[in-house]
Amino acid sequence: MKKKTLVATLVAACSLCAPAWAGQTLDTVLKRGVLHCGVSDGLPGFSYTDATGNYAGIDADFCRAVAAALFGDAKKVKFTPLTAKERFTALQSGEIDVLSRNSTWTISRDVGMGMSFTGVTYYDGQGFLVNKKLGVKSVRELNGATVCIQAGTTTEMNLSDYFRTNGMNYTPVTYEKSDESAKALESGRCDVLTSDQSQLYAQRIKFANPDDYVVLPEVISKEPLGPVVRQGDSEWFNVVRWTLFALVAAEEYGITSSNVDQMAKTSTNPEVRRLLGLDTDFGKDMKLKKDWAYQIVKQVGNYGEVFERNVGKGSPLKIERGLNAQWNKGGLQYAPPFR
Amino acid sequence: MTPGETLRGGPRRWFYDPKIRALAAQILTVLAIALFAGWIVHNTVHNLTMRGITSGFGFLGNSAGFGILQTLIDYRETDSFARVFVIGLLNTLLVAALGIVFATVLGFLVGIGRLAENALIRGLSALYVETFRNIPPLLQIFFWYFAVLRAMPSPRQSHELLGAFFLNIRGLYVPRPIPAEGFVPALLALGIALAAALTLRHWARRRQERTGEPFPTGRVALLLLIALPLAARLIFGAPFTWELPQLQGFNFRGGWVLLPELVALTLALSLYTAAFIAETVRAGIQSVPHGQIEAAIALRLTPRQRLRLIVLPQAMRVIIPPLTSQYLNLTKNSSLGAAIGYPDLVGLFAGTVLNQTGQAIETIAMTMAVYLLISLTISLMMNWYNRRMALVER
Repeated sequence: MKKKTLVATLVAACSLCAPAWAGQTLDTVLKRGVLHCGVSDGLPGFSYTDATGNYAGIDADFCRAVAAALFGDAKKVKFTPLTAKERFTALQSGEIDVLSRNSTWTISRDVGMGMSFTGVTYYDGQGFLVNKKLGVKSVRELNGATVCIQAGTTTEMNLSDYFRTNGMNYTPVTYEKSDESAKALESGRCDVLTSDQSQLYAQRIKFANPDDYVVLPEVISKEPLGPVVRQGDSEWFNVVRWTLFALVAAEEYGITSSNVDQMAKTSTNPEVRRLLGLDTDFGKDMKLKKDWAYQIVKQVGNYGEVFERNVGKGSPLKIERGLNAQWNKGGLQYAPPFR
Repeated sequence: MTPGETLRGGPRRWFYDPKIRALAAQILTVLAIALFAGWIVHNTVHNLTMRGITSGFGFLGNSAGFGILQTLIDYRETDSFARVFVIGLLNTLLVAALGIVFATVLGFLVGIGRLAENALIRGLSALYVETFRNIPPLLQIFFWYFAVLRAMPSPRQSHELLGAFFLNIRGLYVPRPIPAEGFVPALLALGIALAAALTLRHWARRRQERTGEPFPTGRVALLLLIALPLAARLIFGAPFTWELPQLQGFNFRGGWVLLPELVALTLALSLYTAAFIAETVRAGIQSVPHGQIEAAIALRLTPRQRLRLIVLPQAMRVIIPPLTSQYLNLTKNSSLGAAIGYPDLVGLFAGTVLNQTGQAIETIAMTMAVYLLISLTISLMMNWYNRRMALVER
């Protein structure tokens, strides 16, 4: 009899043992007190460990901004470096709470893989890096070239589409890590390295002779890079998405990490006051504190500061704002109203 | 216990029967395992649906859309993921087959060399085994790929041999044979020569068993295999024309290319596994009782005959089972090729395809099933060979 009871109990228990998780990420993270954030395995400007062992870059700073919104402390982040191949599985399996790892927003990733993109932290496009010795001036001259790529990226597909539609041949050499493909170009295993343009600039500064290499003028794809969360958890999705909008809006309203305290005291601009939680408390609906956006700007800065510090004028990459400028300055960065 | 009371008191209940109890316990264990497996499957499916992750094998029919470095069969980017799977599988089998052949030849040579009378050969063999056996295979792959093959010159400064062979950082380019008018006759001649050689061997054996008179089968067979195709060539013309690799634009075109990824992986795996095979061979040879060799000496067999006719056949019984394990290891280690961009099953299918489709469970399950299948096939073949080689007691 006892055995029967045991089996019956087991069966009964099993109907409950599929973990109900939907809608719980926010509670779990708040309870845990630390944000688990997936970043890249070493890409200057986006996420890499600097000389002091800290993660730096736009993607890393975005993780910090989420932590600042959640806990009022940008340091409460546990970074998990992931290769392109590992990243989505890590998110799907719940190993990380948010993936902030220069990942391109595409329809197949958004609808078929159980993930949702929360916005765009960086508008990128695929480019080509070649050795100047080859004397190549345009992608159109690359017929028959050997091309180095990182495995499991949209880049791989774009490359194939572009060469096919232009009737050109190529030999792909595919590596798991972006560093490996960059080294393969440097050693001459391939003629050209293709990747998102921002990555090409980032990889080039790691070369022994960066000036020997040139980024070709063509951009052959749209690569909107953004943070990703698991699908079906709108509470958590909102927190991550509005963290990004808070960063962008803060820049639009001219709030920076250095003037945010003063703005909070003196500003009469209703938009600034709403964003900083002085009049309306948007935080409550997201289970956050009233000053969540204030904490983001105070501890991490606004979008413009994050950009310039990591990839723009304040960095060795010196990338122009371009598409990543504010919407009213000719770019695409646009936050919906805080109202 | 008072006298009169016995252990057999009362009718025996069925559940005290040890046979039934044992059976019941086994049934319960099987049930528990089945329940556990069922729970895992149910839980996985449930969670996948909850997270909105598409599951099933429908993705295999979708167009892949990316290029592949090495394809043994025709492939275009518009082909399906299923074809990518086959390409990855063939690439894995290619490395495994090449590695097994090279590792076996080298392993036997070194293994026999470790027992040579010549001290230099013995020392070198020992040095080889101790070096290659004790460095992790991944490191060896990196050594050949990054340290050796990356040091080759660019295509325009290729090392050149006879204007037909080119070695550079992109690989080794060799001429490609294209069947010409003499191809079919040459093939026929080779077939006839092969058949004749086999018949000859059969005849020679029977004659030797009958009369004890040996026949130089090897030399005659070799002569046949060379002479007949050569005659066909003289009569019908060359069996092949050669397509030479030529530098065009960025790379060499035409000819065959041995990719550095393939070379590095094959080299590293062969050298690594050969060290283990050598030890297995040495152990096998040493397991043959010394009396056998003394008996062979007494019969005035030459050292080569002793090795070939007396020692190796008996040593094989000891060698084959661990040799099987080494073959299996080599095949499984070929998945390390993913680290240097060799498009094998793991790198290509469980890597790129997994990432492009997000179907982690399906791709990993398929990959694991394939390795299991390859390993079991090798194992079966080796078991068959082992039974054939086993000592038949008379």
